[in-house]
Amino acid sequence: METVPASGLIAASWLLVALPLAGAAVLLLGGRRTDRWGHLLATGTVVAAFGIGLACTVQLAGLDERSASVELFTFIRTGNLDVEAGLLFDPLSATFVLLITGVGALIHVYSIGYMAHDPGRRRFFAYLNLFVAAMLLLVLGNSYVALYVGWEGVGLASYLLIAFWYTRPAAATAAKKAFIMNRVGDVGLALAIFIMFAQLGTTSYAGVHGSVGLLAGGTVTAIGLLLLLGACGKSGQFPLQAWLPDAMEGPTPVSALIHAATMVTAGVYLIARSAPVFDSTPTARTVVLVIGAITLMIGAIVGCAYDDIKKVLAYSTVSQIGYMFLAVGLGPVGYAAGIAHLVAHGFFKAGLFLGAGSVMHAMGDRTDMRRFGGLAKKLPVTFVTFGLGYLALIGFPLLSGYWTKDAIIEAAFDRGGTSGWVLGGVAVLGAGLTAFYMTRLMLMTFFGRARWEDGVHPHESPTVMTAPMVVLAVGSVAAGFLLVEAFPLAGWLEPVFGEPEEAAHVVAPLTVSITLFVVMLLGAAAAWLFVGRREVPTTAPARVSPVVRAARNALYADTVNESLFMRPGMWLTRALVWLDNRGVDGVVNGTAAALGGSSSRLGRAQTGFVRSYALGMLGGAVLVAGALVAVTTG
Amino acid sequence: MNVLAAAATEGVEIGTGETVVFWVLAPIALAGALGMVLSRNAVHSALWLVNTMLALGVFYVVQEAPFLGAVQIIVYTGAIMILFLFVLMLVGRDTSDSVVETLRGQRIAAIVLGIGFAGLVGAGIAEATRDLPVTGLEAVQGGAGGAADGNVPAIAELLFTRYLLAFEVTSALLITAAVGAMVLAHTEREPGSRPSQKELSRARFLSGEHPQTLPGPGVYARANSIAAPGRLPDGSPSPASFSTGVQPQVVDELPHTGSVGAERDGLAHSGGTDAALGTLGGDTTGPVPGSGEGAPR
Amino acid sequence: MTITNYLVLAAILFTIGAVGVLVRRNAIVVFMCVELMLNSVNLTLVTFARSTGTVDGQLIAFFVMVVAAAEVVVGLAIIMSVYRTRRSASVDDVNLLKY
Repeated sequence: METVPASGLIAASWLLVALPLAGAAVLLLGGRRTDRWGHLLATGTVVAAFGIGLACTVQLAGLDERSASVELFTFIRTGNLDVEAGLLFDPLSATFVLLITGVGALIHVYSIGYMAHDPGRRRFFAYLNLFVAAMLLLVLGNSYVALYVGWEGVGLASYLLIAFWYTRPAAATAAKKAFIMNRVGDVGLALAIFIMFAQLGTTSYAGVHGSVGLLAGGTVTAIGLLLLLGACGKSGQFPLQAWLPDAMEGPTPVSALIHAATMVTAGVYLIARSAPVFDSTPTARTVVLVIGAITLMIGAIVGCAYDDIKKVLAYSTVSQIGYMFLAVGLGPVGYAAGIAHLVAHGFFKAGLFLGAGSVMHAMGDRTDMRRFGGLAKKLPVTFVTFGLGYLALIGFPLLSGYWTKDAIIEAAFDRGGTSGWVLGGVAVLGAGLTAFYMTRLMLMTFFGRARWEDGVHPHESPTVMTAPMVVLAVGSVAAGFLLVEAFPLAGWLEPVFGEPEEAAHVVAPLTVSITLFVVMLLGAAAAWLFVGRREVPTTAPARVSPVVRAARNALYADTVNESLFMRPGMWLTRALVWLDNRGVDGVVNGTAAALGGSSSRLGRAQTGFVRSYALGMLGGAVLVAGALVAVTTG
Repeated sequence: MNVLAAAATEGVEIGTGETVVFWVLAPIALAGALGMVLSRNAVHSALWLVNTMLALGVFYVVQEAPFLGAVQIIVYTGAIMILFLFVLMLVGRDTSDSVVETLRGQRIAAIVLGIGFAGLVGAGIAEATRDLPVTGLEAVQGGAGGAADGNVPAIAELLFTRYLLAFEVTSALLITAAVGAMVLAHTEREPGSRPSQKELSRARFLSGEHPQTLPGPGVYARANSIAAPGRLPDGSPSPASFSTGVQPQVVDELPHTGSVGAERDGLAHSGGTDAALGTLGGDTTGPVPGSGEGAPR
Repeated sequence: MTITNYLVLAAILFTIGAVGVLVRRNAIVVFMCVELMLNSVNLTLVTFARSTGTVDGQLIAFFVMVVAAAEVVVGLAIIMSVYRTRRSASVDDVNLLKY
């Protein structure tokens, strides 16, 4: 597939980045003057971006060569390194653009209501716009450097938004943690770009993907692994997953937009975009698979043990992105499935988060599910939209998750060999656990006896909040079918990934579907057995099995991070501080002290007595006489 | 390499007289120097130094420099050392050094360095001048062959030709030194803090006691002792004439003429000594003025 | 005997004077030791005048004497005024220029 220069509206696709960016600039620079209408402007820019994106996509669909590039300006020109800033509008980026702007617009509308009483609402919308602009740049850039600019931008926006209520120490700490762990991943991405430049002299997609065959195998593997490191950081995959649940300190719309639908999917985008690289290095691709499998299990296990509704959803996100990594790690068969799941997940996870926000709004910003219960009657719209999202997530037949997750697990089994069985089995097990924890969540929140605290009066959210939830619920229901069967994404993404392969099925698709259905029922039933049937205690039981205790501690991820990195890091900084104080300052101060001390000691020679001075003179005369005698006679 | 020896011509032998003088006076000079440094009393130090300087003066004379020897004795010893003694009397007589040395190690270091210095310089000089011949000043001041006739003309010849500028500058230096000493020794007094002669005289007249100065001891004395009172014009002894600390005593006095002077064979000319003094109505020895006897005139 | 004797004697007198300057505390005695050093130099000059056969050495010794006289005058005046101010003629008492 050739990339043609853009024409028509696509040539103006830079507006997609520019509009939200301008919105952010106006709101941040305008200050309090923009407080009254800032949120409307911000929502408007994202809605406009959605419109432009839709139009561009329509135009793209009509092109013969469905891959258009837009030249913008020269970013870096240093003789050796020439980076042209430009955009690449092809089906993959179009998909992401629609997802980002669509879900983003809905969440902007939701936030108008959610943040209605917050004095920092203007700042919130400014940061949201900044995020949308950076994310669009990330998916639209035509080179790894452009991607990196957007990558950093979303990291910054994530930091700003997690710590939106920056006066809360927990929020500030969580933002720092997120940023630092992202940084670790960013180093990997940066190193990969350096290697690309050093070996190939170019960082554009066209350049790199075209010449990847010229590189040595080790180099390609290194690039692949480093890109994977970057993706793990941004997407919260093992071993860099610990920041995502902590990022729930931010306002719920942030969790919905950034940490469910878009930013955390940037890693998947990166790996999908770098398909030619990964296709050349089976080693790296296997590592992607392993990471994906491990992460989906981690997310599923830990999600079963938490009582905080947002944290359960966060671990669910971690787990689902593990599925996406698993998908893209399977190679050409899995790219389309992974992207499809990504889009579907964007809908239903965002919907779930917005629903959680609605529940929190009703319960006075509480998140402890042990104090929920019986909310189905009080929050009907929320209950219905949340329920549809829940069913989509667990893979209820004919809803989104059913189509997309099945596609992934099919592709996993189709890989063949031991790895195929292992991966498929892990994915199936993960699906079961997903059903378990999501059902548990539903039962604890909406069903059962009301375990509310005093003074809590649940009420339905205003329309400005429930409308986006409804739209997302519709998406949750329909997206899967549309993307996999009606308008197959594989065909749409053909310009990017090539012809979709029809692999020989190791396990018949129907078998997979039935197995998954059964597993889903088993998980839901287990949840009802353990949680729904009995009274939910308002405080978490203390005597639990080691597995539950481990899950409550997030499988000790934080402990490991602390002992492996934080403690040595702090020890190192303390040692350096000690070295600086004693060593460097010691040398400087010691020199000064030595000078002062020696000067005072030497100064004591000035006794003031003339006779001492005369003694010195006589001594000097003796020395001179001695020298003279020695010279003349010697 | 003995530079001096290489440049010299045939020398004069040093005679035995000079040798004897040297070996006699050198120890004396050394003893004087050591005595000066080691004596406790400052005046003794000065006197030891006078001793050394006199010895050096003789050395100058022996070494064909009579003018300098004379100047040494007259100026150096006679003027400068006496000036030292004056100031010692004023200032330093009472302040004698204590035996204990206040600076630690000063004495030891001084002695060690002194011995070292003397050894080095002495050995160096001895080594350098061992073969130095003595040319003698006969050629310069012997008077023969156009040379100056004597030491003083020789010196004068050089002093007023080659060293004339130094001479003039030195004279300026002397003037400066004299003025400087006056400036340094001057004490600034408040005007009116010390009564002038005029005021003293007026005070004496106003008090009505004795307008003239008091007679010194022994004025009009008839005995050769400062214990004898001076006599006022009317012959009465003046109690104010005694110097402080002297007890008035009965002393032998010359006999008065015209009373019992005939049998004394003192001064056998008319009037004798007492004629000049005049008689006062035939009193013999007046009462010995004791304390508070009669109002002093 | 040679003139070395005179020169060595002068060196020893000089050293004695130098040691006296270091050891004595009475300012006037210190001054006298300086005079002794000057005298020893005069002896050296006269000896060399005789040795070289020129009167220049004597002349220089003469100037030394004159300058020594001027120096004594001013120096003693200084000692006198120091004594007046501080009631002490010890060189150890003028020790204010110290650390």
